[in-house]
Amino acid sequence: MDFSYSDEQRMLKDMVDRVVADQYSFEQREKIIKSDTGYSPEVWSQFAELGLLAVPFSEAAGGFNGGGAELMVVAEGFGRGLVVEPYLSTVVLAGTFLDAALGDDAKADALEPIISGEQKYALACYEPNGRYDPFWIETTAKKDGDSYVLSGKKAVVLGGDSADRLLVIARSSGDNPGKNGLSAFLVDGNADGVSRDGYTTFDGHRAAEIVLDNVKVGADALVGEEGGAAAPLQYALDRGIIALCAEAAGAMEVACDLTLDYIKERKQFGVPIGSFQALQHRMVDMRISLEKVRSLALWAACSLDAPDAERRQRLAAAKAMVSKAGRHVAEEAIQLFGGMGMMDESSISHYAKRIVLIDHYLGDGNYHTDRLIDLLVEENAAA
Amino acid sequence: MDIQYNEAELAFRDEVRAFVAEKLPKEISDKVKSSEHVSPEDMITWQRALYEKGWLAINWPEKHGGPGWSPIQKHIFEEETAEAGAPRILPFGLNMVAPVIIKFGTQEQKDYYLPRILKSEDWWAQGYSEPGAGSDLASLKCRAERDGDHYIVNGQKTWTTLGQHANMIFVLVRTDTTVKKQEGISFLLVDMENTPGVTVRPLITLDGAHEVNEVFFDNVKVPVENLVGEENKGWTCAKYLLTFERTGIAGVGISKAALEHLKQIARNEQAEGKPLIEHPRVAERLVELELELMAVEMTNLRVVSAAEAGGVPGAESSFLKVMGTEVRQKISDLYRELAGPYALPFPDLDVGEDAFGPEFSASASSTYFNLRKLSIFGGSNEIQKNIISKAILGL
Repeated sequence: MDFSYSDEQRMLKDMVDRVVADQYSFEQREKIIKSDTGYSPEVWSQFAELGLLAVPFSEAAGGFNGGGAELMVVAEGFGRGLVVEPYLSTVVLAGTFLDAALGDDAKADALEPIISGEQKYALACYEPNGRYDPFWIETTAKKDGDSYVLSGKKAVVLGGDSADRLLVIARSSGDNPGKNGLSAFLVDGNADGVSRDGYTTFDGHRAAEIVLDNVKVGADALVGEEGGAAAPLQYALDRGIIALCAEAAGAMEVACDLTLDYIKERKQFGVPIGSFQALQHRMVDMRISLEKVRSLALWAACSLDAPDAERRQRLAAAKAMVSKAGRHVAEEAIQLFGGMGMMDESSISHYAKRIVLIDHYLGDGNYHTDRLIDLLVEENAAA
Repeated sequence: MDIQYNEAELAFRDEVRAFVAEKLPKEISDKVKSSEHVSPEDMITWQRALYEKGWLAINWPEKHGGPGWSPIQKHIFEEETAEAGAPRILPFGLNMVAPVIIKFGTQEQKDYYLPRILKSEDWWAQGYSEPGAGSDLASLKCRAERDGDHYIVNGQKTWTTLGQHANMIFVLVRTDTTVKKQEGISFLLVDMENTPGVTVRPLITLDGAHEVNEVFFDNVKVPVENLVGEENKGWTCAKYLLTFERTGIAGVGISKAALEHLKQIARNEQAEGKPLIEHPRVAERLVELELELMAVEMTNLRVVSAAEAGGVPGAESSFLKVMGTEVRQKISDLYRELAGPYALPFPDLDVGEDAFGPEFSASASSTYFNLRKLSIFGGSNEIQKNIISKAILGL
């Protein structure tokens, strides 16, 4: 047992911290969010040059073979800087799906445009009626000769507004709820029949509502086996959860640091407000919440290869803790900053928004608590 | 980064498991697991078994009888024994007075007391708190005046845990009233059995238990060779003791065993025609506790791992104390709830098993109320937060 970073992990961390420090000041970030694309093409190509877009992929796919720990290192750094680049959608979700679904030769070809930074992808999975259930897929894929015809609606597709290609999860057979019969298709973002309604999210990212209206794609658009999308989807979502939990830990760390600095500087009644015990204990409680998230994010990141029940438990626990402890830190940060915590011009408010809204990506606290209950039921049945 | 135990660590864990399986009597572990009263004899039985194996004084240096374990080994040992339902090791001799004697004591004190502690020949009690000195311990008033080769001790100590069984007590006494309060304190060892003037009176807690006591000193003559360290430097000893080896403070193993006990209860007990575990609110409470406990477990491991790498856990142990005691208290809260209406009968401590209602329910309210102490003793959780504020946050 050794929790310290390896030399490679430390180098990766330094690299991420450096690029975030250079490119993601509060003002730079505001500019990026308000730009047309909602991300920075310059930063994205810098990520590509540094190899960050290849971190979680297998060597066969041209990646660095990074595991959960490496993904955690990158995402924590992004969390500290509130990076809004489409890393989660392109690299972590769509990219690792392709890595898991395809054979060695095919995956190298498929991932080249992502690793080089030339194209951005989005995973079009969740649907309006499925809420957080990734396997509730009403979008259909109907075979038509050598082609498939895709029809359906996709909700809050991360990075879906600007993605060059969409990785669409559709049902080629089977009924809801059911993991069997799900297939994945790579679809050009501007293909006939695809309409995208893009927007900025409350935490400064971009997403889109996407309608697929009889979108005709060739058989070559099918990714992996027909009906076999559930396993690579789970693979990708697991990595997405790790990235989100690590990002939350990074953002919570900065939120705690900013709040601590503020209560040391802000004076009322002639003294720093941090001298009041009522605030000191609240600050300590924030740090306890941070440690809980750090601990469970770390545990999840190191459990990707653990036996099924353990992996599921640690991922669900980490995400459920981000929901609970993250909200606690965000609310307390705003409270301790007082009026300044309410201001758009204060960076703390942006940290608070990101930390709270991370709960709404890939299953919230309620959803993941239910997954823990599933495990309890299974354990009970086995006992 | 590797959060898994390596082969040597796994082998060590197996060795601990095998030892526990062989040497921990089932009737004792059953009592511990179901939160029943564990007798002094049970505790001594387990301590003697550990002593014979050389595993009792896990925090002592090897030359005094410690096993020479690394922080990870100590952690594994504490977790495994706790999860298996071993009684807790009485900390007063082994982990409180002994480290102080080893650090500040004379050669004669080491030669005399340490082997007796190892063999469980003395039962030590802690004489720190007083009616007017709790969190503000340094304001203590129990007085020791030098008279030739003796100190004459007058005053009162309180919250003396299991003091009714003790024959020895280490006390913080005031030896100088003219200086700053921390600078006039000394650390004395008192033979309670053979010194006239020591009176122990029981304090009955809200669960009906006799666990704590008050101890009165009425012109008690203590030989000067029972002073540990220098006169008026007792506060240094007291502080040293508070920072000594506290990574076990989170009590994760004990909480895991307690949560496992609740799961068993929830599987076995029926309400409205189905097991409690199938009631949604119960299931939700169980997984929420599991979630909290996982967070404490991994935070504890991070501190242990840092200690293994040479870091000295300081105020981090304050985090662990707060987190660990909070989750343990929440577990006891669900225990009481699972008992349902049978949380109500007040246990007759003399009768024990003939309790009303299902067997498991007899200790539910007792455990819940008894464990309120966790956030009060060992430096209340508010004091721990003051320590974190000062030492880690710089407030």
